[in-house]
Amino acid sequence: MTPIAITMMIVAILTVWGGLALALLNLQRHPEDEGALPEEPAREL
Amino acid sequence: MSSIPSHNTSAPVRRETFSSRRLFILSAIGSAVGLGNIWRFPYIAYDNGGGAFLIPYLVALLTAGIPLLFLDYAVGHKFRASPPLAYRRLHRAAEPLGWWQVLVCFVIAAYYAVIIAWSLMYTIFSFTEAWGDDAEGYFFGNFLQVAEAPGIGFTYVPSVFFPLLLIWVAVIIIMVAGIRKGISRANSILLPLLVVMFLLLVLQSLFLPGAAEGLNAFFTPDWAALADPGVWAAAYGHIFFSLSVGYGIMVTYSSYLKRRTDLTGSGMVVAFSNSAFEILAGIGVFAALGFMAQAAGAGVNDVVTQGIGLAFVAFPTIVSQAPFGAFMGVLFFGSLVFAGVTSLISVLEVIVAAVQDKLGWGRIKASVTVSGLVAVVSLALFPTATGLYLLDTSDAFVNSFGITLGALVTVVVIAWFLRKLPLLSAHLNRISTIKMRRSWMVLVAGVVPLALIYMVSSEFISKISTTYEGYPAWFVGLFGWGMAAALVVLALALTFIPWSHRSKAHNDPEYDSVVEEEAKETAQ
Repeated sequence: MTPIAITMMIVAILTVWGGLALALLNLQRHPEDEGALPEEPAREL
Repeated sequence: MSSIPSHNTSAPVRRETFSSRRLFILSAIGSAVGLGNIWRFPYIAYDNGGGAFLIPYLVALLTAGIPLLFLDYAVGHKFRASPPLAYRRLHRAAEPLGWWQVLVCFVIAAYYAVIIAWSLMYTIFSFTEAWGDDAEGYFFGNFLQVAEAPGIGFTYVPSVFFPLLLIWVAVIIIMVAGIRKGISRANSILLPLLVVMFLLLVLQSLFLPGAAEGLNAFFTPDWAALADPGVWAAAYGHIFFSLSVGYGIMVTYSSYLKRRTDLTGSGMVVAFSNSAFEILAGIGVFAALGFMAQAAGAGVNDVVTQGIGLAFVAFPTIVSQAPFGAFMGVLFFGSLVFAGVTSLISVLEVIVAAVQDKLGWGRIKASVTVSGLVAVVSLALFPTATGLYLLDTSDAFVNSFGITLGALVTVVVIAWFLRKLPLLSAHLNRISTIKMRRSWMVLVAGVVPLALIYMVSSEFISKISTTYEGYPAWFVGLFGWGMAAALVVLALALTFIPWSHRSKAHNDPEYDSVVEEEAKETAQ
């Protein structure tokens, strides 16, 4: 692969997958507010 | 049959919910990741500047795709209903927008299932290499038995009809099982499977001779492309279709989210997962095309293609030539099947939810009736010798004048006529970790409509100036323009049909209590 193609591949992976990593990190730092969830009727599994 | 006995009680059934945020995110990713990610994105990126396309792509994602995704989330989650009832709760006059989206989903579901059925057959063909050394002739001639001229015929092609029937049976079972036992479960199995299979496919492609040449073609930037407005339009267009925004899916899915959920935080994961998968698909597809070019002694630009040509002509050729080709074929076509099914169920859920809301029907009755009806239409019209022409025409017109025009009208009505963006922004910000304030409103009211206007008008001009694909005028008139116009007329007609007395539009204590609680929270 040419250096410019490799560079663009790395930039694409870093921005998009990096964005996904950040989004996941943000979500992980704010867990679901279980206590505030509405009561669900018991359901059979 | 008037109703399902277990649902025939005076107290309305509680609305179904995703049991966790994780399952909602999985299902939303399953919906967004579809055939387009695999067979459309790689070509669009290559054709619009290669590596340089990343810039308009990311700009479109951040300024239009994600804002529109959050608009859908806000409407669905605040008003807790299918699109027609959710828009009706937003404003009485907005109800037809919801029906329009429901009808668009009806058309899409009918033909989308057909492509999944082809992919299913090609998964099997990967072992036998049924196409021999002429993948193109085999696909159009032997497999689809495409007729000479477009029209409506009832010459059925059994090798498409039966796999299509199988797909519909499987999908109806998922729909009947409901949000938790059907849709959540299907996505939590199929999506991880899809990712693993696709990763294996990419790995295998990368080790093929010529892969590097393919990646060069895909990633080498053509910076001059950034000055071309057409490239920017392609980026916005791709993002709209890729994220499944603007035609009711995300409104419907988010209406099943529990009340206190981080909408924007979840949405960011969905949006970036969709893009992450696309980048992966670009790498896999172009590595494979690089191999194909080398084997043919041609340049990558000679073999590059998209859509049906990529999946059912180029890939079979690659499968025949590559070492362990059968394995590669199973991974590729299996991925198409799984990516397709998880998207198809989300499209169907829009219609099922709307019928449940309008008629006050239970899950089983609504899902059997709706999926059954779409299945009958799908099985009657598409697995025929003329089915490909119909599929091509309905796809082109429902995309341009169903999804795109519908999204434009919806955004303009909500943002400019009803002026509901402050209300929806407040809803997004109640719980969410990433706040959507003034800049979000500016994007939704400004950038999004401008991009959509450009797309709709350029589609209109290209489709009015020449008859689509050179098909007969009556055919395009009826199944293209006529179908697109009929959706609008039918949407208005459905709005005038009164809501059943059992409908949640009249009696929904669950929603009323939510409204009450939110009013209390706001007052505090």
